[in-house]
This record gives sequence, structure tokens and C-alpha cells, in this order.
Amino acid sequence: MKIVLRNLTKRFPNRNKKEGGFVTAVNNFDFEIPDGKLVGLLGPSGCGKSTALNLISGLEKPTEGKIFFGEDDVTGLPPEKRGVGLVFQNYALYPHLTVRQNILFPLQNLRGTERPSKEKMEELALEAARMVQIEAYMERRPSELSGGQQQRVAIARALVKRPRVLLLDEPLSNLDARLRLQTREEIRRIQRETGITTIFVTHDQEEAMSICDLIVVMKDGMEQQIGAPQEVYDRPVNLFVAKFLGTPAVSVFEGEVREEKLYIGGNIPVLDVPGVADRPVTAAIRPEGFVPDTVGTLFCVLNRIEIMGRDTSVIATNSHCLNELNTLRAIVDTEEIDEGRMPGSNIISFRLKPNKTHLFDPVTEERIPFGAVPAAAKKTAVPAAAKKTTAPHLPDPVTEERIPFGKELSEKKKSVKHHEG
Amino acid sequence: MKDNNWKAWLYLLPALAFLGLFMVYPLVDVLVYSFEEGYNSASQTYFGTGLYNYSYVLHDPYFLQALKNTFILVIITVPLSTGLALLISLALNAIKPLKQLFQTIYFLPYVTNTLAVGLVFMILFKPTPYSDGLVNALIHVFGGNTVDFIDGPYWAKMFVLCFYTVWIVLPFKILILTSSLASVNEDYYKAARVDATPKWRIFTRITLPMIAPMIFYLVITGFIGAFKAYADAVALFGTDLNAAGMNTIVGYVYDMLYGDSGGYPSYAAAAALILFAIVLTITVINLMIRRKLTR
Ligand SMILES: Nc1ncnc2c1ncn2[C@@H]1O[C@H](COP(=O)(O)OP(=O)(O)OP(=O)(O)O)[C@@H](O)[C@H]1O
Ligand SMILES: [Mg+2]
Repeated sequence: MKIVLRNLTKRFPNRNKKEGGFVTAVNNFDFEIPDGKLVGLLGPSGCGKSTALNLISGLEKPTEGKIFFGEDDVTGLPPEKRGVGLVFQNYALYPHLTVRQNILFPLQNLRGTERPSKEKMEELALEAARMVQIEAYMERRPSELSGGQQQRVAIARALVKRPRVLLLDEPLSNLDARLRLQTREEIRRIQRETGITTIFVTHDQEEAMSICDLIVVMKDGMEQQIGAPQEVYDRPVNLFVAKFLGTPAVSVFEGEVREEKLYIGGNIPVLDVPGVADRPVTAAIRPEGFVPDTVGTLFCVLNRIEIMGRDTSVIATNSHCLNELNTLRAIVDTEEIDEGRMPGSNIISFRLKPNKTHLFDPVTEERIPFGAVPAAAKKTAVPAAAKKTTAPHLPDPVTEERIPFGKELSEKKKSVKHHEG
Repeated sequence: MKDNNWKAWLYLLPALAFLGLFMVYPLVDVLVYSFEEGYNSASQTYFGTGLYNYSYVLHDPYFLQALKNTFILVIITVPLSTGLALLISLALNAIKPLKQLFQTIYFLPYVTNTLAVGLVFMILFKPTPYSDGLVNALIHVFGGNTVDFIDGPYWAKMFVLCFYTVWIVLPFKILILTSSLASVNEDYYKAARVDATPKWRIFTRITLPMIAPMIFYLVITGFIGAFKAYADAVALFGTDLNAAGMNTIVGYVYDMLYGDSGGYPSYAAAAALILFAIVLTITVINLMIRRKLTR
């Protein structure tokens, strides 16, 4: 079911009478969500994500604008007539009912010809439970389930009526890191299997990027950008979107364009930016956009190097970096670090990748496009993970203990010998 | 831990001493009295021990009348007041404007002086040389005959007593129920709305189970309170409740101790222990039902 939002606006009266006026929670939403897609609604806390979801579900009435499901105008319909399934942040499972009763609940509300027979209801409930793999816990109460299991029950309850649209409001925020990873894959799988148009609210950009077909980035009630995750990541329309997507975040510099070259302080250009008129700019550079290189011209003071699992981060200082400590963070190949170091000093020089560098107007913060055709840039951008040549791990199939091999083995021998000697 | 235990007991000592002196000792004493036959409080002597006191009390027509009155009072007022309080709380919870104002109005009787309440009841029910009371005026409008609610037929007096009791306990119950209704997470109702749950089903399947613990609390305390009723009856019908036929069990106990026919602490003790047994039984049954329902 395609969802179309037309000039959708929701204003709440301001509680604080002194200030007066309104809080505009959703401001002039005007976009379409294609049929059968998993869409991530993304934005910082308080930007109006839940309100947008409530408008689509019908729990809130819009101040202005219209909502269509497919060709039907559902703006005036109450929630029960819209055929939506809703999963709440805290799941809202009825604590006094068992898992089975919770899943059956929406079916038992049906009246007249829509109401399935008792056996049919049980069958549908079991089917929904199987879909989310909780059929083993049917007789338990929600309080006897883990957070992840509760969340799956909530999804089963939302799915059992075969809704036209499935809405999830921060369904993963109560789970621990590992369970989040696992559960978001489940949501992806369930959405693929059912093909139900799904809107998934989150303030975690990584979550949205990893499973969604499309993401909608919001700020202060306004839609900033809508597109495929990679597309939004590669071509943010404004500084907010650039900053909001990606961990670690972009490093932002004040700079200047002269003769189609980007200058960040000093008189040596750091990047060619064909097609940009002379002007001051704000440059946002992704952590993977910094390449330590002797021919690089962005000079920074090296603070420290952090190695976390597969990532090596370089923390460095540049006086034109726009944050309190003037520090930037770069993610680099471990082998490359030394290439950018000036021997005998703590200065490191970076070359910038053009497709990881974004220019914005310092005042309006809108994107300033430049140079190479993005499609070509995309092709050359090999995912960092694929390029890595770190040694694979070989766990023993039974004990699952580590079996050392190669270089590691000879090192180990050496140390053993050392002990003997 | 073990070493510190004596300290804990030391801190508890004052409270334990007072509880022992003013609660446990009198309770034991009452138990002892109830088995001492022909106890004379002046000479502090008694003839023997046995169940005679219980037998006497259970055959005393005044006690049986008090027992009947108390049971009628309990059976009528506890469900009625709880149900009414629930209805009013649901209504209060449903309205948005002036909610606070209405909550205050419904809570006013709770903080109102008993005498003022008594006055209101006089205006409502008591015949004076000038009028027959507001309720009788209403009855006249509908073409009925004057009913004497204070000295008239048994059912009329019982009606006033029940009315009064419900009136007195209602504010507290409304307060408890409105706050427990307000504490039910809004998301349950939102989920129910999205799932097209009919209103009645929302009430029986979501609201009621959610506030069930509070309802049970109100029913249990309601039972205990109604079994202990005495002051209300005195306020309405004066101190000679036996003559009015409106005595309650606690009233009977009081009469046996200090009333005109008083001076029989043994009978009073036996009656008090019978009341205790009844209240205990009812409370246990209540708790058992509760456990069964909420598992
Ligand atoms: N019922 C309401 N009355 C008044 N203001 C409201 C109401 N609901 C939400 N708001 C305001 O609207 C704005 C958006 O709120 P909303 O709950 O949609 O944010 P959100 O993006 O879901 O945030 P979070 O990530 O913290 O859940 C907030 O500024 C909030 O204060
Ligand atoms: Mg929210």
C-alpha cells in the first residue's frame, strides 16, 4: 500500500501559556512512500517522528493536509478503519493476557462477517507467532519474556490482522546492543516476507541505514531529505543531514573556494572542486575521507591513535575544524598512518577523497555540488570492509577455542622458546 | 549481618513495646475475657471458663438484630459504593475540561466535618415542624405518602443508613480509582483503538484488569470498614440503637461495655471476637478470589 502525505502539518497548542502560540511537531510533510518498502523515519529526539507516525495511524488528527493510502483518502478515518498495525516503543502488551491472548486480541475485536471462526483465529495467531518465532512461548505472560521476545509478540499482534501498513515506533530502543542487531534483521526479514509497507521510527541512524529501503531524515518537524540510505549518505542535501548520518560523524571545517580549489586555512589548496564559484564554504568530511599521504595538503597535529576492532581512528587537531577542541576524527588503514607522518614530528598530512567531502553554504547550510559525476565516484568507492586484509579467525569446531596459525604461530613458538631458555 | 541483628531489634524496641502494650496485650486480654464466665469487673472475679459467653451472645436477640443489620449494610453498601465510585471515576477520567474542578467537588465530603454531613442529612431526611425533609418533598411531588426515615419503618431507616454510609465512603474510593485509572499507560488504549476494540471490551479486558488490584483493595477495606460501622448509625438514630432496631455489631459491643445495659465485658469480648472471625473469613475469601483471578 503506497502512502502519500500531502502538506501534512500538526501543531500542538503550547502548554506554556506565557510563550503562547504553537509547537509545530510535523511541518508540511509532502512526500510519497512507495508500496512494499521498509522506510526509516529518522531524526533527533523531539523532532516529531512519533507525531508523524500517530498521524499516519490516525491516533492524531492533522491540523492541515491529507493522507492517502493508495488512492484512498484516509485523513478523516479513525485508526480502527485504517487497517494499520502499530508497535509501540514499550510494546504495550497487555500484561494480564498470555502471548496467545495478546495476539488473538485484535482478531476477537472483529465483528460480523469479518470475524473468523475460533479455529481460524487460533490458526492465524499461530501463523503470526511462527512468523516472529515465538510459537514456543504462547502460554507465557509478557512479564515472563525477554525484551526481544516481547518485541516480537508486539509485532505478531500488529501483523495478525494483515494490516495494510505496519508502523513501528522505536521498537528497538529497549533492547541491548546485540539484541538490537539481531532484532532489526528480523524486522527486515518479516517485512520482506509479508511485503507490508512498513514505517520504522528510530533516532539511531545506523539502524535505519542498515535495514531500510528508504530513509526520511527529519529535523524540527521538517522533512530534510528522503532517499535510499546510501544515496542520502553520499549526497546529503544540507549540513544537518551530513552531520546526522554516519558514525563517527563528519568533521566540519570552515573553508574557502578560490579558482575552483578548496582551501582550509593557509594558501595550499586541499581539494579540486570544479564548478564552484569563489566563496566561503563549510566543508564536511567523512572520517573515511581522510587519507594519510605525504603529498596530502591538509596538515593537522596528531593527538592520538585509537584501534577499536577493525577500525583505526586518528584523532588530530586543525584550527579550522569547527568544534570546541578543533579535533577531527579520521578512520584509516593501519598501514597507511605512517605515510602521512612527517618524520620526527607530530604533524600528519591528509589527502581528501572528493566523494567523501561535502561543501555547504555557511549561512543557509545547503549543499553546494561540485565536480565529478556522482555515479563515477560511486564506482570507485570500494566498501572499506571489503578491502581489509586482516587475518581470518579459525575457531575449533568443537571447543570453539582459537587455533593460531601462520605468523601468530611462529611468534608463539618464539615466546615459548624464550621461556625455556 | 548476624552481628548487627541485635541493633535492628534495639531500633524496633520502642515500636514493639507500644504495639505490645496497646495492641497485643488488649487482644489477648479480650480473648481471655471471652472465655471467663460471669466475670465481674468490680470484684475482678469469675465463676469458671467455657463457651457460655459465646452461647449467650449468639442467642441474644439484640445481637442477632445487630448481626443482621451489619450484614445488610455490608452487602448493600460495599458493592454499591465501589460500583458507583467506579462509574463516577470513569466519567471523571473521560472528561477533559473542568476535570480538576469536578474531582475537587467529589472529594469535598471527605474533608467535610461529620456534623456538617449530619446537617445535610437532616435537611434531606428529618421531618421538622416546618417540613418533612427534602426527600419527602420529592416523594410528595411524585404523589407518594410521607415516610419517616428516622423513626419509621425498618426499611426506611436501613435505606438512610446505607445511603449515609455510601455517601461517606464514596470520595475516598473515587480518589483512589481516578488516580489508578489515570495511571494506566495511555499506550494500551492507543493499541486497543488501532485494533478497533469496542468500548465495552476495552473496559472489561483492559481497564478492569489493570485497576483490579485497587478494586480489591477497596472491596477488602470496604468490608472491614462496613463491619465496623457504628458511629454513622449513632449520628443518624441516636445512642439507643437497640430501641431503634438499628444496632450494629460494634454498637452491641459498646452497649455491652458502657451502655445502659452495660457492664458485661465478657459478652462484649465474645461479640468482638465473633466479629473478628467474620471479618477474617471474608478477608481471606477476598484474597483467595483475588489470587485466583490474577494468578
Ligand atoms: N500532545 C502534545 N502536546 C503538545 N506538544 C506535543 C505533544 N506531543 C508532542 N509534542 C511536541 O511535539 C514535538 C515532537 O514530539 P514527538 O513525540 O513527535 O517527538 P519524537 O521525534 O518522537 O521524539 P523522541 O525521539 O524523543 O520520541 C515535541 O517538541 C513535543 O514536545
Ligand atoms: Mg517518539
